[in-house]
Amino acid sequence: MPAYDNMPAMELYQPVQVEDALSLASRLADRGWLLGGGQDTYGWIKDRAKRPEALIDLNGIESMRGIRETSDGIEIGALATLTEISTNPLIRERYELLAKAASVVASPQIRNVGTIAGNVSQDVRCWYYRRGLDCYRAGGNLCYADTPEAQNREHALFNASRCVAVTPSDTGPALVALEAQMVISREGGQRVVAAEDFFVGPAINITRTTVMGPDEILTAVRIPAKWANADFFYEKVADRNVWDFALVSIAAAMRTEGGNIQESRLVCGAVECTPRRLRSVEQAIQGQPRNQATADMVAGMASEGAQPLTHNHFKMPLMDNLVQRALTA
Amino acid sequence: MTPKLTRRRFIKSVIFFGAAASSGAGFYLASAAAQRPAGGVERLVSLNVNGRTRRVDVMPQETLAHTLRYKLGLTGTKLGCNRGECGACTVTVDDVTNYACSTLTHSVKGRQVVTVEGLRAADGTLHAVQQAFIDELSPQCGFCTPGQIMSAVALLKTNPRPTREEARQALSGNLCRCGAYDHYLNGVMRASGQLS
Repeated sequence: MPAYDNMPAMELYQPVQVEDALSLASRLADRGWLLGGGQDTYGWIKDRAKRPEALIDLNGIESMRGIRETSDGIEIGALATLTEISTNPLIRERYELLAKAASVVASPQIRNVGTIAGNVSQDVRCWYYRRGLDCYRAGGNLCYADTPEAQNREHALFNASRCVAVTPSDTGPALVALEAQMVISREGGQRVVAAEDFFVGPAINITRTTVMGPDEILTAVRIPAKWANADFFYEKVADRNVWDFALVSIAAAMRTEGGNIQESRLVCGAVECTPRRLRSVEQAIQGQPRNQATADMVAGMASEGAQPLTHNHFKMPLMDNLVQRALTA
Repeated sequence: MTPKLTRRRFIKSVIFFGAAASSGAGFYLASAAAQRPAGGVERLVSLNVNGRTRRVDVMPQETLAHTLRYKLGLTGTKLGCNRGECGACTVTVDDVTNYACSTLTHSVKGRQVVTVEGLRAADGTLHAVQQAFIDELSPQCGFCTPGQIMSAVALLKTNPRPTREEARQALSGNLCRCGAYDHYLNGVMRASGQLS
């Protein structure tokens, strides 16, 4: 595999107003590349696997920074770094789930520059795709990860459609569990999308992992007050504690009353192309106490319907065990 | 005396035509720059590195590690993987650790960059972390050491008396292929005055 130290020549724009960034994004379209922390950018470009003609560095846009309290929860600027999120007193006090998720991403140096927007819109980590092969996701007509000899230990259990890559985001499952709203801006407009609908699988769009078009910018993430100070559980299982992406992760938010779970949202990461809500488990545990008996009752439910590949069967018991831990922690 | 092609004359003419050609290219580039849409970066930038302001010609796509090593001669910042996966290139930007291989030089304009060369005092006294790493024999081969030092320095700035676990977390973004992790942690504990 050719690997280069330097990136090829490119233009670099550093707008300071979101309007300027939107007009650049719109004008450059697929030739441009939005830059936040850049930690999912430089590898692609150094490897010549992707060749944008211009980088649009968003870091100078003040209005996309900061973490603010709003009338209904909090608003996190898209450029808030993962370190800021994991150490912010407001988030740690009310949304410990998100603070925990942000604190286990990659390494300290990457969290210092990596943004929440980048973490949810980063591309999949399938190495066949990353190597620059012409797979389905890259516009070709085959999947290198779904063959009898393929190395697909990290790949999908559910809802694969041609592409079998999984969502690599650690904060994605937490945001879906917290019913976050994603604020997406385009020239002359804005739309707000639920985190659950923000991520899209290959059946809907095989070349993108989110609903955002090339002329759109994720400018903020809103967390509603609904789940503030709920019972939370987050765990990421990976081969290494640092740098590595999740093999399976779980984010759970639960409201208990009188010892019984009134409402819950359980979301797994890294088992399909989007964060996966465990709706059947959520329904089954409603009205039940958060204990071992309830965990036993739903044993095996999370991984029901999984379609494992050659090397990723282990993710099924891993999912089920993480649900058990969420219910007994 | 008839003019004839001497060695000296030849060299002079080469220099003259070379200069003419490059200044022509300069005009061409300047006009191309004028046509670029607003917001595109200027190549000549001022960087604040180790407390000094340096004027550097920086390509738009250039990484900080490249600028430091190949334009400013600060080779204490090492390039290991060049992919943000090893930590050898760790520097601090406004006292926060960054991978210099995965930072655009243009993004640190107006910010304070400190590399391992910028830690010692004017009289040559080493930084407490550097001295402690020597005293504790922290490095083995030494390649990852500048990065480990920068991570430790940034930690002690915000947390002067870290626990061993906090130090372990702070240095977790720096690989050491010799496996001298515990020696580095001993160094951090000594630098913070918790090991006599």
